[in-house]
Amino acid sequence: MSVVTKENSAKQSYKYVGTRPVRHDGLEKVNGKARFAADITKPRMIHGLVLRSPHAHAKILSIDTTEAEAMPGVKAVVSASDFPLPKKDEGFPHRSKNLIARDKVRYEGQAVAAVAATTRRQAREAAAKIIVNYQELPNVMTIDEAMAEDATLVHENLITKGSDSKTAKPSNIAERDFYERGDIDVGFAEADFVYEHEFTTESLHQGYIEPHACLADTGKDGRSEIWCSSQGHFMVRSATANMLGWETSRIKVVPAEIGGGFGGKTTIYLEPLAVKLSEKADRPVKMVMSRDEVFKATGPTAGTKIRVKIGAKKSGEITAGKAWLAYQSGAFPGPWGMVGGWCVFACYNIPNVQIEAFEIILNRPVSIPYRAPSAPMAAYPTETVLDQIAKEIDMDPIDLRLLNAVKEGDVQLGDFGGKYPRIGIKETLEAIKNHPNYKIPLAPNQGRGIATGYWFNIAESSSATINLSEDGRAVVMTGSPDIGGSRVSMAIMAAEVIGIDVKLIQPVVGDTETVGFTDVTEGSRATYATGIAVVNAAKKIVSKLRERASIMWECNLEDVEWVDGRAIHKDGKESPMSITEITAKAKKTGGPLNAIGSLETKGQGPAFSTQLCDLEVDPETGKVTILRYTTAQDAGTAIHPSYVEGQMQGGVVQGIGMALNEEYIYNQKGILENPGFLDYRMPVASDLPMIDTVIVEVPNPKHPYGVRGVGEVGIVPPLAAVANAIHDAIGVRLREAPMSPVKVLKALNQKNGKN
Amino acid sequence: MIKVLLGSNLKNFTNGVEEIELEASSVKSLITEMDRRYPGIADALESGFALAIDGEVIANPGYEKLADVSEVRFLSPLQGG
Repeated sequence: MSVVTKENSAKQSYKYVGTRPVRHDGLEKVNGKARFAADITKPRMIHGLVLRSPHAHAKILSIDTTEAEAMPGVKAVVSASDFPLPKKDEGFPHRSKNLIARDKVRYEGQAVAAVAATTRRQAREAAAKIIVNYQELPNVMTIDEAMAEDATLVHENLITKGSDSKTAKPSNIAERDFYERGDIDVGFAEADFVYEHEFTTESLHQGYIEPHACLADTGKDGRSEIWCSSQGHFMVRSATANMLGWETSRIKVVPAEIGGGFGGKTTIYLEPLAVKLSEKADRPVKMVMSRDEVFKATGPTAGTKIRVKIGAKKSGEITAGKAWLAYQSGAFPGPWGMVGGWCVFACYNIPNVQIEAFEIILNRPVSIPYRAPSAPMAAYPTETVLDQIAKEIDMDPIDLRLLNAVKEGDVQLGDFGGKYPRIGIKETLEAIKNHPNYKIPLAPNQGRGIATGYWFNIAESSSATINLSEDGRAVVMTGSPDIGGSRVSMAIMAAEVIGIDVKLIQPVVGDTETVGFTDVTEGSRATYATGIAVVNAAKKIVSKLRERASIMWECNLEDVEWVDGRAIHKDGKESPMSITEITAKAKKTGGPLNAIGSLETKGQGPAFSTQLCDLEVDPETGKVTILRYTTAQDAGTAIHPSYVEGQMQGGVVQGIGMALNEEYIYNQKGILENPGFLDYRMPVASDLPMIDTVIVEVPNPKHPYGVRGVGEVGIVPPLAAVANAIHDAIGVRLREAPMSPVKVLKALNQKNGKN
Repeated sequence: MIKVLLGSNLKNFTNGVEEIELEASSVKSLITEMDRRYPGIADALESGFALAIDGEVIANPGYEKLADVSEVRFLSPLQGG
């Protein structure tokens, strides 16, 4: 583990930023006291359960709940008719249409009805008595099937957004995005080498350990309280209210601890059903998904089919890049093709570019964000073709990337159109090139692969409140759920401003009625955006502390400075005054000391990661074993380096899972055949070596301490890094992920002339 | 004049036109003028959008001033993990 600091001289003066204190919530997490959503109980609580579609695609002819309602212990049953009609275009992710089927079911596992009963078993038995008459329809499960001219339509009236076609004909193509710059034909004509290949990836689940769960208690006053785990409880409040047709203020959401999200908990699934069941039953209703439900009904990330064509000169200079991308959106449209188009060539300054991206509707669950959504699949072809070019011209693959890497001032591709601010891609490449792991000799059947990844990051709105207690301690309350160590990061930033030890700060995640609005934790935004809100609140607190000291000293405010957690009289006329001395007399100097920081942020700055994979292929079985893995990532400034390293390692491990094992497997009828961790094989600790990390620090000038988001970009390079290492080991290119033993062995046998 | 680039979420309202030029002092007045030229755009934006104003991405735009701005790009709402 190491930290490489670039142009970050300010860091030398930090006392708390960059340190590694024990997280405040650590003890409760390890001793089992932390309360996750499924741990919450209430008096008179009953249990809700969802009846889900057994078909991938079918019309709902009728739903009869009469028999179910008469079953023992049943207190309430709901179906789509209990909810208002959805708006015509409610925007992604189309929650109201997705969360309970109305006219059609569009994937196996889509909710059709829900039951609440005294026990979970009674609810299950009652759900089995709901009679749903379906008319089965042909299913559409692959991109090729969905894009075929005579394809069955998942939505009968879906018109492609952004299509060049003048004839508005319904199809399964929800959106077409097209970007170009320069002259693509001229660019390829200038190239000495042109490579074009097609790549595919499969649907993947985020794989969080904690299933979706919530408890809703709807009162006679028409208000409801929800306890749930999510990546944003304000999102839960507004999304639930929207689906119910309620005013937002009728709902209070209390955040429980979260057992993993990775993008999959940026939306809701159960909450409106639980609120409505609770309203009907006049009881608190708890709902907890099974793992089967999590796989079948909650967001996978999109499977893809991508063709990339890249031209380069013998010098390594890239002259042209062309990409055709199709992303599986699932049953309702999302932005995934568009985002993939933004990312596919984002690491490189290519003069001639053409990108065409499609959003494809199929009979699969709605694709939902998964850690830098769309970017890993887009990096896979680009980084693999670059590896091929490096081999062709006998150039170090890092030098090839350094030659073409984007830099400050280069125009961003895709829809952004702006110029790159200060970025750290070059530094991540140099960090890997200089790493001792890059020089370790390899044995037969072992290979080494390099890949780089980009993610744009997101900023949005955040709020923080700081309250000082009489004994000089601070409670820092934010609206961002702690999904990766953000509590301690917030405490560190507050400590740096106020000048008190991190241990004297208690970071708290407030509910929707105790802290200001905060957007969902997505796009690696919490430490950046909520961090700015905390710093702003802390600066206000410091101003107030100086003011109180000036009252006590009977001097002008300008004569009081705040240094290292103490008030200092500028002329030395008074002895320094500690924060405890000031807070102890707060009532006598104006009352309680508190402050709010609340803002819509921007300027988050993009993130880059370069990774080095060493692996070994067993030529008898095709099994790939990761020997060493090294990741260098630009964090701007690492507020708490241990949690930055954790994010980097977590992203890599999930990316390796994408590369080697994970995939949704459907049968001909569109039924998911591996909805459990036994058959959906994610990497576990025993599968992998320790992931070596290098934190590169190229400070983001838009954050008070130089932070840029670190949560996502680590997942972007592994698909390509692993593919390139496999090629280095056995001389075959694998362009279909996951690169499972069966595919590796097949490719190896083809290379060796065996069947 | 501000160069306005329309993402795929708006091109259906403009008969495929991808780029227009407008005078506007704020995002609000820009959308009002766009809706006058291409009725329905303002309603379509109600379901969410983002903007890149001279390359700087705004996740929740609405009332930004556009003095000295040369380019505005309409984006679909941003999503991350």
